[in-house]
Amino acid sequence: MTIHLSLLLWLPLAFGLVALVVPQRLSGKVTLLGALLTLAYAVGALSRFDGGAGLQFVTDETWISDLGISYKLGVDGLNLFLVLLTALLWAACTLWADLRGEWRERRQLFFWLALAETAVLGALLAQDLAVFVLFFDLMLVPFFFLTGIWGGADRVAATVKLVIYTLVGSLLMLVAAVATGVLVSVQSGAPLTFELTALVDNGLAEGQQQWIFLCFAAAFLVKMPAFPLHGWMPDGYRAMPLPVLALFSAVLSKVAAYGFLKIVLPLFPDASVAFQELMLLVGLASILYGSVMAFTTTNIRLILGYSSVAQLGFIVMGVFALNEAGAQGAILQSVNHGLVVAPAFFAVALLSARSGGSEDLREMGGLAFRAPVLAALFLIVALATLAMPGSANFVGEFYILLGVFQSSEVFAFVAAAGVVLAAVYMLRAFIGSMHDRVGPRASSQEITVLDGVVLVPLVAVILALALYPQFALSRGEEAINASLVPTRVAQERVAQERELERLEEEGLAEGGGAPVPLPQGAPPQGGGAPPVPPQAPPPVPRGAPAPSPGGTP
Amino acid sequence: MNGAAQGASVDWAALSPLLALAGGALVVLMVGLFPGRGVRDRVVPGLALLTLAVTAGLLVWQYDTSTDLLEGALRVDGLTVTLSFVFVVAGMATVVMTWRHLDPVESPGPELYTLLLSSIGGMVVLVAAQDLVTLFLGFELLSIPLYVLCAIQLRRRGSLESGLKYLVVGSVGSATLVYGFALIYGAAGTTGFAGIAEAISGDLSSDVLLLAGLALAIVGFAFKASVAPFHQWTPDVYEGAPTPITAFMATATKAAALGVLLRFLDVALLPAAEAWAPAVAVLAAVTIVVGNVGALGQSSLKRLLAWSGVAQAGYLLAGVVVGTSLGVQATVFYLAVYLLMNMAAFAVIAARERETNLGDSVDALAGLGTSRPWLAWPMTIAMLALAGFPLTAGFIGKFKLIEASVASGYTWVGLMIVIGSMISLAYYLKVIAAMWMREAPAGAAAVAATGPRPALAGASTEAQITAPTRHTRRGTGELTVMAVLFGAATLVVGIVPQPLLDFAAKAGEAFPGLF
Repeated sequence: MTIHLSLLLWLPLAFGLVALVVPQRLSGKVTLLGALLTLAYAVGALSRFDGGAGLQFVTDETWISDLGISYKLGVDGLNLFLVLLTALLWAACTLWADLRGEWRERRQLFFWLALAETAVLGALLAQDLAVFVLFFDLMLVPFFFLTGIWGGADRVAATVKLVIYTLVGSLLMLVAAVATGVLVSVQSGAPLTFELTALVDNGLAEGQQQWIFLCFAAAFLVKMPAFPLHGWMPDGYRAMPLPVLALFSAVLSKVAAYGFLKIVLPLFPDASVAFQELMLLVGLASILYGSVMAFTTTNIRLILGYSSVAQLGFIVMGVFALNEAGAQGAILQSVNHGLVVAPAFFAVALLSARSGGSEDLREMGGLAFRAPVLAALFLIVALATLAMPGSANFVGEFYILLGVFQSSEVFAFVAAAGVVLAAVYMLRAFIGSMHDRVGPRASSQEITVLDGVVLVPLVAVILALALYPQFALSRGEEAINASLVPTRVAQERVAQERELERLEEEGLAEGGGAPVPLPQGAPPQGGGAPPVPPQAPPPVPRGAPAPSPGGTP
Repeated sequence: MNGAAQGASVDWAALSPLLALAGGALVVLMVGLFPGRGVRDRVVPGLALLTLAVTAGLLVWQYDTSTDLLEGALRVDGLTVTLSFVFVVAGMATVVMTWRHLDPVESPGPELYTLLLSSIGGMVVLVAAQDLVTLFLGFELLSIPLYVLCAIQLRRRGSLESGLKYLVVGSVGSATLVYGFALIYGAAGTTGFAGIAEAISGDLSSDVLLLAGLALAIVGFAFKASVAPFHQWTPDVYEGAPTPITAFMATATKAAALGVLLRFLDVALLPAAEAWAPAVAVLAAVTIVVGNVGALGQSSLKRLLAWSGVAQAGYLLAGVVVGTSLGVQATVFYLAVYLLMNMAAFAVIAARERETNLGDSVDALAGLGTSRPWLAWPMTIAMLALAGFPLTAGFIGKFKLIEASVASGYTWVGLMIVIGSMISLAYYLKVIAAMWMREAPAGAAAVAATGPRPALAGASTEAQITAPTRHTRRGTGELTVMAVLFGAATLVVGIVPQPLLDFAAKAGEAFPGLF
């Protein structure tokens, strides 16, 4: 059996369209079937995935020849587990949405959910910059409707704010993407194309990378959200219906993290190096801000929201450590965070149903009394979120901190505080809801079997990944190496230039007059224009500061 | 060479679409004189549609023509043919929308269709013109019927006001234009585009007379294309005019005005590009901002689309500014796409004007998602496309425009396009939110249930007093079909844009001088 990624991509939408025409009560089942088939297919792809073979299951068709856009999909170590995460969580949340909640206009709800899955999968699978941008923007449309139609109080205002915030970034990214394609084709004389490998091979001149980098970074940081650009988050999180929120928080933010690794680092290596400290600072600020907000707010949704800000701060730092450990940690942590935050939101739904519909921590409490199973499940999720040693999150954060430590010790020291803060806010949320004084309208009830069907598999996956994180790490290694090659070249060049400057200052560079960085036969010379030779063979893993893959806790 | 002396060797084949339009206009006028409601209600619109269909057929026949006509006064080439398609489709949509829209008491007789066809004829002349005199001829032939069309609802104050306003502003625009032409003629010594280009590439490119003439001419066109700061008439005129006519103006007139700008600036004045391109780029940027900001607070859909049309004119100007073949293609592609999106939106507005007494207010759309999904979906698609969401035609259109701007060094104009799109989200999303996220206002349903009222553009209360008779056949079936068709086309072009891109590339071929 060969894996056709187009099938994987369009399956959810096809079932979603069917869901639009079947009777209301069946629409959820139909969409769920589509999501389950997608999940099964994704697992099939995983079983056939070969960790050392680069991009696999490639589909490559010319789509719009005039614009140089090709419909190219593929799976590599970077997106494999995110695709699986997406398929898994969509199946779980579709089931959740189908089982619980009396939705009006169910058909539309499930149609939008299915369209959202296709859009997310499209963004993850795309190997063409234009297609990526297209799906990245498309993701927003279903969430606009899902929030605006089925959301809570102030939903319309919140959803408009969300869309405008995130599209501001996305549209800047559109210009930046078009500019990348056009400028690369102008510089290299090649015909216009947006195919990622071709763009990476031809490279973009150093001088133009900076503004383009900033546009992409804005798009991704808003989507995450990271600290200064998170303004839409509190309103958006309050308004979204919980199954939708779980997906948004668990998956969409990861697409942004993935975008950094897949697109920004390989395409704009010089700018990534130049802005490394800025981005590390953004990550650090997100960790501290998110943590502090998470242990001061009492709305349990927002606790999870702000904790996501902090977790994504870690991921940003991991990416911009610009080394393998950091990047591996970032990918692993993306999967981990997605896996923990979705069941956490489901737990929120269960908790709020047991405390009179309130999502305020002060009105919960004592819910564990007659619900030991629920409490245990929630405890596992909470401990995983705070990166307890033994969880995959611990491995992820460990790798990230290791990577950051290798590139900047100060940042690593401060970021490590975030791990402690995570313990504070997650334990506070757990204790406040499960133990403590019994809330005014709280009534402890055990989890029902149907709810367990949603929650238990997710918790099982968390435990499985905790036991064997190597499973994900080893398959990502090679792709991470490949996407870090250009930045490594850029880093070396910067280091050389600095060295040269230093030599000049010390008066040791005799030639004096020629500041052109052409040192004595050093291999990567790059220069200004397309840095061709050093990055030509990307798949060869350079044995630079690779952490030995024995990362079991 | 001495064809004129031998008594005209006219390429009738290439001229045939124009002749069909002119002939059809006359036939419609004459047939309309026969008495009987059947003639007026069925035969005349049918004949108008037939005329447009024949024109479309002739255009298909002449698709690959590229020739000068009538001693170089007109040129039938890719640009003429592609834009003529846009006019013809807009015309057909307008006929369908008009068919049952206007109260016979208010707009008697068949002249509406005659005027519509004449106006389309004027547009074809305008985009085909390559001589200042024919250009002006086409310009007036386009404008004068439109003034009347705006005021065709004789008993509605809004319509008359709209017509008068358009007449006054349009005349100022025409006067500016013709004065500019006079100066250009004075500087270049010829009215033919090729001659002007030749004269400029000599030593005229910084000639004061020429530059003054150029500036005035651009202002004249800017009035017609509603480019800021010459756009002030647009919201009032769009709001007051009958909705089908508004739709026609928004799509066809805009296409004509930008088409002529393409030919005028990118052929006749290309050698002076250094003089006009930065100025027009600034106009584009200002237009984008003014249009989008102006649309923010609007509660009337027609006004909202008018302002959004101003903004879109700014986007389109970006394709003109760059002065490349890519820019021409991008502009023509966006014009075609703009036709699809706007017609879908206007069909929905017209349908709601008939179904409710809320006119073209955003409130008329409240709760449409549950009550009339077949209208709500096309409107949603149209709004998403206008905002430039992916998988709609609008996304590809913007992509192409940005590509054209970046490719010729106008990256900042590309950035302005997306900044404009960001602002535009606020009002497009408001419309979508009204359809899907609000309940239908209780009042609207109640009033609609009490009986069919003359739900007329914008001013239903006035209309109640002045229009005593009831028009009973006020179904919206054809509008729903039209909205669905145009909405589906918007989606299809967004997913499979290559055919339409080839179509636009045809227009690009018309400018061999561009790179």
